[in-house]
Amino acid sequence: MIHTESLARTFRVGKETVEAVRGIDLDVAEGELVAFLGPNGAGKSTTLRMLTSLLPPTSGSATVAGVDVVANPAEVRRRIGYIGQKDGAGHNYRVRDELLMQGRFYGMSRAEAAESGEELLRTLDLEALRMRKVSSLSGGQKRRLDIALGLIHAPGLLFLDEPSTGMDPQNRANLWDHIMRIREQRGTTIVLTTHYLDEADAMAERVVIIDHGRIIADDTAETLKAKQAGDRLTVVVRPDQAAAARALFGAEGSDLEERPDDDGVALSVRVDAASHAMPGVLARLRDAGLDVVAAAARRPTLDDVFLNLTGRSLREGES
Amino acid sequence: MAVLAPPASVRTSVLTDIGHVWWRETLTIVRDPFSLIFSLLQPLVFLGLFGPLLAGLAGDGALFGGSSLQWFLPGVVVMITMFGTSMTGANLQFEIMTGAFERILATPLSRASLMIGRALKELTPLVVQAAIITLVAIPFGFVLHPLHVVVGLLILGVFGVGVGALSYALAIAARKSEWIFWAVQQALLFPLLILSGMMLPLETGPGWMQVVSRFNPLTYVVDAERVLFAGSFDDVRILWGLVAALVTAAIGLWVGIRSIRRATM
Repeated sequence: MIHTESLARTFRVGKETVEAVRGIDLDVAEGELVAFLGPNGAGKSTTLRMLTSLLPPTSGSATVAGVDVVANPAEVRRRIGYIGQKDGAGHNYRVRDELLMQGRFYGMSRAEAAESGEELLRTLDLEALRMRKVSSLSGGQKRRLDIALGLIHAPGLLFLDEPSTGMDPQNRANLWDHIMRIREQRGTTIVLTTHYLDEADAMAERVVIIDHGRIIADDTAETLKAKQAGDRLTVVVRPDQAAAARALFGAEGSDLEERPDDDGVALSVRVDAASHAMPGVLARLRDAGLDVVAAAARRPTLDDVFLNLTGRSLREGES
Repeated sequence: MAVLAPPASVRTSVLTDIGHVWWRETLTIVRDPFSLIFSLLQPLVFLGLFGPLLAGLAGDGALFGGSSLQWFLPGVVVMITMFGTSMTGANLQFEIMTGAFERILATPLSRASLMIGRALKELTPLVVQAAIITLVAIPFGFVLHPLHVVVGLLILGVFGVGVGALSYALAIAARKSEWIFWAVQQALLFPLLILSGMMLPLETGPGWMQVVSRFNPLTYVVDAERVLFAGSFDDVRILWGLVAALVTAAIGLWVGIRSIRRATM
């Protein structure tokens, strides 16, 4: 569905040249659900805008839905759906009018647009709102309407730029239910950007981590976490036992970390399958005469992956 | 790879695209016709309050070549065209801010149709406005030449598409701050109107104004409209008006398409 080679884009800001995207090589197969994850300003949206032909690349090439984005941008736009960060529907319009016009923009007949529009209104729980003015809709309703606008012509490939930014957890979950149902019904290939870690983790089958305009990791969330971060086992001991525990517990895994804790000192190591390893480790520490006050086994998150890859936390960038 | 093409989405012509863009814009009037009433009143106010002053000023003398109404009415029609089409970018700017502009850019619509369709929407009420003021003016001595007026409106339509496209480009250039759009629009609109001899004849003004007006494309359009509304086809000024309109439209569309391509928002 998507094939890019050294796709790059620079911007001129005053006299400086900013390299927003520095050479992206990416292949996405039909039916995949891919998330571009990265901090704000990493180049996710710029990449998406090049793939959707809204922004010409400075260098490199991209073929989207079988069409070259530079040679034939209009044909690319005909074959894809795009849902941007802001409200796609015009605020001064009625819901149904916008859906119908969107279908017409893609060359559908009135009847085809009406049929597709009604089906999407039903699927996305917008039926009761069809005569309402867009400006009177809630944030969640507007977002669902954006999805409907992006799908009116039944594209095989759908791009979503930060689809759930600014939504409350309930609305986000609801939006994802809808996206997943449509994907199941239509087999749509989906590429989205997000800076929500949990969203990429839970929804995407493939996570492409982008930082400073480059892909720094590309795999399933599970594999990334296992390879790049691994489980961590943490124990808390009294300060007077810290030295002994450091030696013994440190040998149970790798990458020993230490931080003060209310009950003494918290030590953590990286181990495989931490929750399974925990009973044995605790038994050995007790046999050595150490009193473990508290213990925890933690699965890694994508933030741990990002931290491990870049030395920075993704959460730091969030306001 | 042809399998990937969705069956619902087919190639459309530029004319079809223009029609779709025009109709989407016009829907705001269709769904809320009250918004049109004020724009219909505006030219009547100008005609009713400005016309008598002109008549008194010149004593219906040679300055207006006979009737001041016959002289002033085409000026009012050009003026409402300028008011309407120069605001094309205002609606667009709102949609740039909310996001609808980007959504529409992502559709296969041709870039020229985005501007032409919007400019034509601003021209649509003009036909109704022109009809109303013309009918109102007839009892006061205005002589209507229907065929000439239609040709005049067509030239104005071409000119209006150019002004609309320039306004569209201005909205994209000023997308980060709304006031810049209005500042530039106002700063350009009134000098252009006055220096075209649209409201008051330039013949009595200083020489420099007459010279400057020769570089104002609007002057030629206004002259052409006056000739046409007076019921003549046999005048080279009509040709100059058409040329000015075509040049404005060509420059406007060129600038507009360039700014759409360069807009990296």
